[in-house]
Amino acid sequence: MSYIPADTLKKEAENLVKEIDFSSLKPKDRLKIPMQEMPAQEPKARAKNIQEVAIGYYEEQVKLEAERCLQCKNAPCVKGCPVAIDIPGFIKAAAEGDYQKSVNIIKKSSMLPAICGRVCPQETQCMAECTVGKSLKDMDKSVAIGRIERFVADWERAKGKMSIPEIAPATGKKVGIVGSGPAGLTAAADVRKSGHEVVLFEAFHKLGGVMIYGIPEFRLPKEILDKEIENLLSMGVRIKKNFLVGRTRKVKDLIEKDGFDALFIGTGAGLPNFMNIEGENLVGVSSANEFLTRANLMKAYNPDKADTPIFTGKRTAVIGGGNVAMDAARMALRVGAEEVYVIYRRTEKEMPARREEIVHAREEGIIFSFLSSPVRILGDETGKVKGIECLKYELGEPDDSGRRKPVAVKGSEFILEMDSVIMALGNSSNPLISQTAPEIGVNKWGNITVDEDGKTSMDRVYAGGDIVLGAATVILAMGEGRRAAAAINKLLAEE
Amino acid sequence: MSKILDKKLLSRDVVQMKLLAPEIALERRAGQFIIIQVDSDFSERIPLTIADADAEKGSITIIFQIVGKSTLKLAQKNVGDHVENLLGPLGKPTHIEKVGTVVCVGGGIGVAPLHPIAQAMKKAGNRVITIIGARNKELLILEDEMRAIADELIVCTDDGSYGRKCLVTEPLREICEKGGVDLAVAIGPAIMMKFCAETTRPFGVKTYASLNTIMVDGTGMCGGCRVTVGGETKFVCVDGPEFDAHLVDFDNMMLRLRSYKPQEQDANHACRLQAAIDELRR
Repeated sequence: MSYIPADTLKKEAENLVKEIDFSSLKPKDRLKIPMQEMPAQEPKARAKNIQEVAIGYYEEQVKLEAERCLQCKNAPCVKGCPVAIDIPGFIKAAAEGDYQKSVNIIKKSSMLPAICGRVCPQETQCMAECTVGKSLKDMDKSVAIGRIERFVADWERAKGKMSIPEIAPATGKKVGIVGSGPAGLTAAADVRKSGHEVVLFEAFHKLGGVMIYGIPEFRLPKEILDKEIENLLSMGVRIKKNFLVGRTRKVKDLIEKDGFDALFIGTGAGLPNFMNIEGENLVGVSSANEFLTRANLMKAYNPDKADTPIFTGKRTAVIGGGNVAMDAARMALRVGAEEVYVIYRRTEKEMPARREEIVHAREEGIIFSFLSSPVRILGDETGKVKGIECLKYELGEPDDSGRRKPVAVKGSEFILEMDSVIMALGNSSNPLISQTAPEIGVNKWGNITVDEDGKTSMDRVYAGGDIVLGAATVILAMGEGRRAAAAINKLLAEE
Repeated sequence: MSKILDKKLLSRDVVQMKLLAPEIALERRAGQFIIIQVDSDFSERIPLTIADADAEKGSITIIFQIVGKSTLKLAQKNVGDHVENLLGPLGKPTHIEKVGTVVCVGGGIGVAPLHPIAQAMKKAGNRVITIIGARNKELLILEDEMRAIADELIVCTDDGSYGRKCLVTEPLREICEKGGVDLAVAIGPAIMMKFCAETTRPFGVKTYASLNTIMVDGTGMCGGCRVTVGGETKFVCVDGPEFDAHLVDFDNMMLRLRSYKPQEQDANHACRLQAAIDELRR
């Protein structure tokens, strides 16, 4: 993947659409259609603005990309999707130009297609199973399922009228959903569909969880997020913002005093990890959560209007290799850093971040320092960060995760001058629910333990998403919300 | 949305506000705090202590000092106005039990969070000695309220304009020397809490401090409020706000409190702030 101007992509697609006779395509012909790259803003320009990087497919590109799908009978892609979207079905409708039908098919399984089409790690899920990618021996050439999904979702939103699913007659039962991230939103929609009253509790002043505080505007515009959530909630979900379950009201009281028939806890993994190295509490060191919340939720990228300050160093190091590290590094560039390093102890191949995000980051000028990890952060006489000392690593034998284990090279210390450091090392479970609801069992890492239905050790209380899984992805959290909602619906139907 | 029920200036730049927040008023315990945000779009989320609450009326009282753009924006709101967002009660409540004699030390605005703790300590059957201090008489707050609770009240001012001319650590040391102190609670500027901890340390008097670090969300998510306690990193919002003062690394805390000083100064020149405060007082 390398940057190709949007105009070029558009012209190429227009010409191809004219050349190809789509009425008689054999699988062999479909494999020959080139994979459609995502048009994006020019790298130098976008590194200085907050607008969405990926522009979205042109109509001709959607046609071409959708026609690449072989419509496999066994649909291996569906098995790779945590919410089991009928992928061949929606792609076929898109290929036929029936975008409404296409988005309706997606919405049977996912109420957040514009979001998933943007932030799902498709290459490790649906696309990893795609026959086209396997035939061409290149996963990057699998059908770009997410990009088609994004196109049809955007098409429907632009049309101004978004469809909502049917809701069963009122049951008189009441369900509380704790947390408005992807797990909670999905659970809320599925429970509401069954006719139960739903109250959604959110601690923040805006809905969306990690999608609003964590994922930057340039990857998931807030307007799209808000619209998609608004549409979901137009099903009649009641919202209680600024409400911290555990503190504002205890879990037990919601069940015993407030008449909730069931609760779903989808509070996410909200406690940032640090390395416990020297200098970590110096001024200029922050967690990615703090940095991104200031930037995204509090709009600190707009210093003329926002009251919340953000630390804008000239040289920033981001420690970690996931999507959050990419988001933090790219945001640092946008709020004023001149040089941004991503420091990761393995190589690019092992990085958990999406390939597209790594490519975008590199195009924007992010510098990668692989096989290195900080040993301490150095401060100046006023207690501010002035640099980091790192060690070089080599890859050894594979570890539990199947990735080759990084091994420190003795005596390989080197120092990078920095004035800010952002730790993007993942999150541990937030202790708030376990602190205030001892009835709910947790494992040694503090994650809530659940059975195969997502039920916790407390009667009528279910949990899912990152608070159960540890830090994962939007779509996995949605799958968890969906599973627990099904169990809640079953429980309430039986009573 | 939370309605402002009452507002008054307690001193030159300290404002007391009563807000309608029935859920918080019902649940809050001594030692807990809230996060407030004047409006959703561009305002900052700021942590403030709950100084008092009335569960029946559904109101909470906050007391804050105007120190920058956000506290000024809040202070400029009037009775009948609303603040858009109020989250709480946050933090672990103070552990209240009957231990015997408790010395409560409050400095400046720190007297506000100390108030419910002194109240609860008294209610639990403790003998409560209270030391409150400020730079001068005009900046002293809640004297009458504290006097009503305490078995003994000592007032200090830095300039001697009222009460004893000394720092709060001086009477604290004298009380410790006399003996019989079972617990001390110190709340105020970080430097004051640090020296209170150093004062009680040689006497082996267990001392709690309530820390007021920088926060964004207040639920454990951002990690901005982290402090070093006994060599470990702790989050003030979920592990605190109270910690064993003898274990807190106050020097690092003071350093981190100054993290955003350059930006804050840029956002709000001292002179502009002063003019706005003068306007409020009129």
